[in-house]
Amino acid sequence: MESYLLTITVFLPLAGGLLILLTPKGREETMRWVALATSGLAFLASLWLLGPFDLGAAGMQLQERYAWIPTIGVNYHLGIDGLSLPLFILTALLSVLSVVYSWKVDQRVKEYLFLFLLLETGMLGVFVALDFFLFYVFWEVTLVPMYFLIGIWGGPRREYAAIKFFLYTVVGTLAMLLGILLLYFNADPRTFGILELIEQQPLARAPMLAALAFWGFFLSFAIKVPMWPFHTWLPDAHVEAPTAGSVILAGVLLKMGTYGFVRISLPMFPETFKAYALVIAILALIGIVYGALVAMAQPDLKKLVAYSSVNHMGYVMLGVAAAAAAVGVPEKARAATIALNGAVFEMVAHGVITGALFLIVGVIYDYRAHVRGVDDFGGLGARLPLYTGVTSVAMLASLGLPGLMGFVAEFLIFVGAFGVFPELTAVAVTGILFSAAMFLWTIQRIFLGTPNPRWADLPDLDRREAISLAPLVAIIVFFGVYPRPLLDLINTAMTSLMVAIR
Amino acid sequence: MPMPPGDLWSLAPEFWLAALGIGLLVLDLFVPEGRKRIVGWVAIAGLALGLLPIAGMLGGPARTVLLGAYAVDGFAVVFKLVIVAATILVILSALDSLSGRTGFEGELYALLTLSSLGLVMMAASADLIVLALSIEFVSLSSYVLAGYFKEDRKSAEAGIKYFLFGAGASAVMLYGFSIVYGLTGHTSLYAIALQVRDAPQPALVLALVMVLAGLGFKVSMVPFHQWTPDVYEGAPTSVAAYLSVASKAAGFAALVRVLVVAFAPSSVELVALVAGLAAVTMTVGNLIALPQTNIKRMLAYSSVAHAGFLLMGVAAFNAEFGTPGLVVYVIAYAFTNLGAFLVAVAVEGRLGTTELSGYAGLAQRSPALAAAMALFMLSLIGIPPTAGFFGKFYIFAGAIQAGLLWLAVAGVVNSVVALYYYANVIRLMYLVAPESPLPLAEPTALRLALGISALGTLAIGLFPQPFVALAGAAALLLRF
Repeated sequence: MESYLLTITVFLPLAGGLLILLTPKGREETMRWVALATSGLAFLASLWLLGPFDLGAAGMQLQERYAWIPTIGVNYHLGIDGLSLPLFILTALLSVLSVVYSWKVDQRVKEYLFLFLLLETGMLGVFVALDFFLFYVFWEVTLVPMYFLIGIWGGPRREYAAIKFFLYTVVGTLAMLLGILLLYFNADPRTFGILELIEQQPLARAPMLAALAFWGFFLSFAIKVPMWPFHTWLPDAHVEAPTAGSVILAGVLLKMGTYGFVRISLPMFPETFKAYALVIAILALIGIVYGALVAMAQPDLKKLVAYSSVNHMGYVMLGVAAAAAAVGVPEKARAATIALNGAVFEMVAHGVITGALFLIVGVIYDYRAHVRGVDDFGGLGARLPLYTGVTSVAMLASLGLPGLMGFVAEFLIFVGAFGVFPELTAVAVTGILFSAAMFLWTIQRIFLGTPNPRWADLPDLDRREAISLAPLVAIIVFFGVYPRPLLDLINTAMTSLMVAIR
Repeated sequence: MPMPPGDLWSLAPEFWLAALGIGLLVLDLFVPEGRKRIVGWVAIAGLALGLLPIAGMLGGPARTVLLGAYAVDGFAVVFKLVIVAATILVILSALDSLSGRTGFEGELYALLTLSSLGLVMMAASADLIVLALSIEFVSLSSYVLAGYFKEDRKSAEAGIKYFLFGAGASAVMLYGFSIVYGLTGHTSLYAIALQVRDAPQPALVLALVMVLAGLGFKVSMVPFHQWTPDVYEGAPTSVAAYLSVASKAAGFAALVRVLVVAFAPSSVELVALVAGLAAVTMTVGNLIALPQTNIKRMLAYSSVAHAGFLLMGVAAFNAEFGTPGLVVYVIAYAFTNLGAFLVAVAVEGRLGTTELSGYAGLAQRSPALAAAMALFMLSLIGIPPTAGFFGKFYIFAGAIQAGLLWLAVAGVVNSVVALYYYANVIRLMYLVAPESPLPLAEPTALRLALGISALGTLAIGLFPQPFVALAGAAALLLRF
């Protein structure tokens, strides 16, 4: 059982999706329960991993490996470590919460749930695939369902947003494909195995090709993150996507980009990454400041959260770039490890926090007010106490209030990055200032002030919404107060990574 | 020189196809009007039987028969399988769409069968004369097939246009053949290969260009592609499917054999020439496909673009991944593109339109049809886990291995352009509301053909190993 645990977890949602396809029309309730059961089981299975997983050991665990296309050396190879495990569990959690939240979707339910579960399988697969071919397949499998989720169940400009998302992402993935092939043909023996290629460093002696391959991967990951200036698809996609789609987009799909940087770019091209680390750090810095400033100017709550993602992903990239810049400099290795720990912690934190924020926007927009302008509300605090409490926790976590999850991540990133890029980090800290201003101002405009009579009989959270939000709030508070278990897990993996690339 | 009896045995598939074609013509005389589908089913059964002796040759030793004029190698065998399988699917799709639109239904099945014989011979010709004869054989039946609905002006136009362009291209190609013969004194490709190094360059380049014109016409290579959209649009949709898959596959088989066997040993800059043509072909095809509003014209330009990708595989023939990449791509493209045309046949049959606007809301009117079409479109874009992705993966691999990174980058840019118009079909089917909510039912034979295409498209993407092995064997045997 344990030796197949990863495969089972990854493909459970797909199995559920196929079951839903076979469910006759008109049995929507059955389909919803199937979706909930399979995504719930996948979540439980992902938690089950904590049992056989040796928390203290670095390196890949629970590996599964079978020949897939032996002629060209493609394997079905899965494995999990301290970097992927938190993201894996996060993905399963956000998926099951999204299914709960989507209970009220009543338009084309069968297609919706099938695509959602297919998407979950793709995302889970990305985080555990250890063969480039397999990684690429999972990576692209996430693409098509998201296109449909935005395009069919999205907002008024859904068609534009959907195709823009599709086009941007495909540009990136194809560039990555060329990078993969460059690695493959320069390896000896040829392999698509990610671990084997990291071991071999096939392009270490061909700086020109290494740079080409590096930028190929960079394009793919940077579009996904998204880094400034590749971010323009994000506001459109986030704003137009249905609530559950935004949650998954912000919570998981963006993490695929940063995960790629840490899992692949850093160990595969340490020297090349180091050479361009400053450039990438500057792009990250622009994203931080620009994201925060643009978010502050947004009248639309959903767009505000979307731009705050650009800001937060900038922190992650700053941490990663700092780690890359420290390659080969032993005295900076400690700072680099801290920055990297912070970056990975921020991936998880941002997934939880922004997932919660998009659910919060959905709560007010989808079934209550049907508007989401920051200035449309006012004085909701007295009317909706539960909703106000949840929103405040999530927004304060997002702006980095100590005691909540976001603070831990950002603190570590700044401490680590300061040891490598002191000037850049000093500027980046202003991003905190802007996002604090933005979120506080938002809270003020929505929840404080004179109550808007238009919303006099707005109901508070119902059970479905409370169920989908409660676990996220609990995680935000728990790991904000006691980050140690998660941090230890990440630290084990990041320390061994930094040792490997020295 | 007496012919060894084994030679005749290795021609069993060709004899079988010839007998089948003639048998169908005779059978047609005795089948009463209105029951001509029987002829089609017999053709399908016969072609399916014909797959057996071909498959039996897989893995056999590579050799030439008929005094070196005809190759029996893995390369030819794989292409024969593709051609005959494609013909079966095309006839399946024609069974329902033709009745009532032509008075000569039975003859169509016979013509398709005979023309597949010509294509099979094209793929195996190792001699310029046999090649020229088989191309003419194919062309003549194709002209008739394209203009089959003679009362329909567009179909008639397609027939005459195909004929005029085709005759011109054949003439140029034959002239090229004669120059090659004049330079080397041989018509056998393997004999030419031995002489071609010493041939004078300018004359050889001229011959090469002329040969490329003729074969490029068959595979819709730019700038010899202009007939493609008009003929695809006018011809019966099943015939367009046939031209875009079976005919193109055979064209590429002949192109690869002529270039790789006969011209590669010369000092002509073959790789640069073909790589340039590949880049131009895919770019032109994709750019013109973008604004198309008719599914058949869109698929026509898309098939031009895919010819460009296939040429990328031809250009990479020196690389270990090059020719296998081409073979994998041909197989993947055959299933996918046939599938796309089959959906077009189905929609045309129910709605009477080939305009893209007819696809609006198809997902609600016929979920299975829309899902199949979405799969084929994703495969044509190259999204895993579909056949199209694997083909593209292999072709890119070949280009990179051959040192043609720029061509692979051009292919990437083109894939992005192509995404837009393929995704547009998906957008229409899934994102746009239907004009009428009435469900569409697709006929049984077509459903079978669609199922096979969809299954093939997925199988190659998910379990590529057997196809990789097949392609590897095919390429190894090509040059003995």
